[in-house]
Amino acid sequence: MNTPNAFHPLARLLHWTMAVLILAMLFIGVGMVSTVSGKHTWLLAIHKPLGALIFVLALIRLGVRLRFPPPPLPADMPALMKFVAHASHWLLYALMLALPLVGWAMLSAGGYPISLGGSLHLPPILSANGETFAWLRESHRYLAYLLFFTVLGHMGAALYHGLIRRDDVLPSMTFPSRGMAASAAPAPVIVTEPTLTEPSPRPDGAPPL
Amino acid sequence: MIALAVAALASAFAYVAGWITPQRLTSHRIVNALQDNSGVYPGYRRNHAKGVCVAGYFESNGTAATYSKAEVFAQGRTPVLGRFALPGGNPYAPDSSVPIRSFALRFSLPNGEQWRTGMNSMPVFPVATPEAFYEQLVATRPDPATGKPDPKRVGAFFAAHPEAGAFLAWVKTAKPSASYVTETYEGLNAFYFIDAMGKRHAVRWKVVPEATDDAGTGPQAGDKDYLARDLERRLAQGPQRWRLLVTLAAPDDPTNDATKVWPADRRVIDAGTLVIESEQPQESGPCRDVNYDPTILPSGIKISDDPLLPARSSAYADSYLRRTGEEAHIPGTAHASTPSEHP
Repeated sequence: MNTPNAFHPLARLLHWTMAVLILAMLFIGVGMVSTVSGKHTWLLAIHKPLGALIFVLALIRLGVRLRFPPPPLPADMPALMKFVAHASHWLLYALMLALPLVGWAMLSAGGYPISLGGSLHLPPILSANGETFAWLRESHRYLAYLLFFTVLGHMGAALYHGLIRRDDVLPSMTFPSRGMAASAAPAPVIVTEPTLTEPSPRPDGAPPL
Repeated sequence: MIALAVAALASAFAYVAGWITPQRLTSHRIVNALQDNSGVYPGYRRNHAKGVCVAGYFESNGTAATYSKAEVFAQGRTPVLGRFALPGGNPYAPDSSVPIRSFALRFSLPNGEQWRTGMNSMPVFPVATPEAFYEQLVATRPDPATGKPDPKRVGAFFAAHPEAGAFLAWVKTAKPSASYVTETYEGLNAFYFIDAMGKRHAVRWKVVPEATDDAGTGPQAGDKDYLARDLERRLAQGPQRWRLLVTLAAPDDPTNDATKVWPADRRVIDAGTLVIESEQPQESGPCRDVNYDPTILPSGIKISDDPLLPARSSAYADSYLRRTGEEAHIPGTAHASTPSEHP
């Protein structure tokens, strides 16, 4: 068995960095539209460059995922649970990429400058149109709610794997142990390995994704 | 325990959104209060609903460039899309119903930056905070029986808000002007200019008209929409001009209180000329779908600590989404007639 039993260290670094950024982003977004205090200004100022950063990280992460396939789900997981796991992961990827793009398009349609801080501006990707703005703005809101609920489900599922099933799913994204999945070939990921090193070569025979 | 962790995160989200603290002042509540006072006119702004689009340019003379590195102040022209309006949420209000006119501008800078400002023809704002503004809206809500605000509630509000004294003293003698063009429009809120060395200068700006004829002569009898007609007539004769004047604060002048004027001896710089060349009805004009959020600023201008500014930004965004949503016929919004159906 040559598939890895844990996520590549780079994948784990990206996962936890983006987990913090995306959660922060969701709270910034919902907070900035409701508050009338001084927080509105700086939250709005953070929201746009952070969205651009998340988009870029999501693209890198997609590349990392295709280059280093994730470990398989436990064989004893029911098929429905496996399907939900896979579907929710692709939904997370889709939303991580879609929300920043919808935000960018929405600001374009609203005729707003798209400021990433200082005089750094992104060009508009749509021509100004109030009706298009309204549709995109509402999409941005409901896609963000969907992302938040998917993140909640993702977190609940991770805890379920870690605390109730006590399988290898949670450690595969946190601190995979050497003894984990003892039947597997020598683990390609070493627990003491620093996180950001040169990507280790793909184990022979890994699916060419 | 898992359910607890998920529920805790969900509750934190709901708390930040303001969903479980309905007493907290949000942009949504401010715009609801505006609607409660004026009614809902789908597709129109929730405040300053009656207005007209104008277009022209700003000709900078380069003087303000010493204080702000914003490109708009370098010598030369910047295109401007503006809007004259009346305060209040009723797009059919008679022009004589309020003694205040407003002038909003959007300067489009060459590199994608914008400077948006919303100015009013009054020397001070009635209140200093969004909370007081909300209380004022509630206190001045028309009584359904009389159609007018309850004088007792209004009196109680102003008794509790002595900071409104300067505004009340001004409004007592203020008369509705016969023209948009003859008014001075004040930015009211303080901002910072940031110069090329990174040093900041507290400022307020205003535009002062070149045309002063008819100023303060009052409305034409029997015409509810005389301002639009006056504007059309004047622009048919030629472009209309204002000087953009920037007042520099002394170190102790308040930047967080729009109810207080700065002393008259403060240094004023003449930044250049605002030229308005054309007008278009707001229902079909290019200003319709512009949110004149005064916190949209180019590099070289920053907002001050004035608490009204973030509140204006937040509430304008809420109003903008409501009216564009109505234009787009998004389910759940009030029905907006198509622009051509507007009277």
